[in-house]
Amino acid sequence: VDLAESIVMRVAEAAGYSEDEVHKLGMAVREGVVNAYNYGNAQDRQKKILLAVEFEAEHMVVHICDEGCGFELGEVPDPLAEENLLRTSGRGIFLMRAFTDDLAVHKRPGGGADLVMHKKLPHRHAGHGRP
Amino acid sequence: VALQGTCRDSGEVAIIDFSGKITLGEGSATLRKMIRELVDGGRRKILLNLSDVDYIDSSGIGELVGAYTTVRNASGELKLVHLTKRVHDLIQITRLFTVFDVQPDEGAAVRSFK
Repeated sequence: VDLAESIVMRVAEAAGYSEDEVHKLGMAVREGVVNAYNYGNAQDRQKKILLAVEFEAEHMVVHICDEGCGFELGEVPDPLAEENLLRTSGRGIFLMRAFTDDLAVHKRPGGGADLVMHKKLPHRHAGHGRP
Repeated sequence: VALQGTCRDSGEVAIIDFSGKITLGEGSATLRKMIRELVDGGRRKILLNLSDVDYIDSSGIGELVGAYTTVRNASGELKLVHLTKRVHDLIQITRLFTVFDVQPDEGAAVRSFK
């Protein structure tokens, strides 16, 4: 979890995000990997989690893939609902959404979930290329 | 940085000064253990000083909520003081300001216990 977080934070730093945005991206990835391990892979250490980062024209895109059964974002309980406020878990997806510009879950062809986070790239000064 | 907690007293109020991260694993376990020990020792007024905690993940938030419930179920009160901006923002976006009593400073916090 720490390794995935630090890798993405280093990439985000190189991409020019502010310190606060780097922190948020790192935390979103942390939550994503914990989610993949706990719920996707059901804490089975034999199963793998794939982390991939790519750049599109306007976004940094992070994929976190597990070997579980997949899930629907719409089925995740709302942690802000009054009846859920005192729950000790269930805030990971909410934080990923809060700290990125878009969050989606796709089913992988071979099984498992592909959690995809989009974060709009920071404005860059002329002459600075993408990393 | 692993979470560290030091406990001190201000009258009947037990104050824990935390520093480090409250995250999945060790940090969350440290918080849980310290709260449990205080409650089992009969303490019912507990103030968490989070001035040196600049990172809490969802597991850490869950642990804070668990601590709140543990103390409340023992008919006690748990309050927070000196939140860093990041922790303040996190408590705000998760709507936990409606759950936690967050105090502006330690003196006010100590006086606010019943």
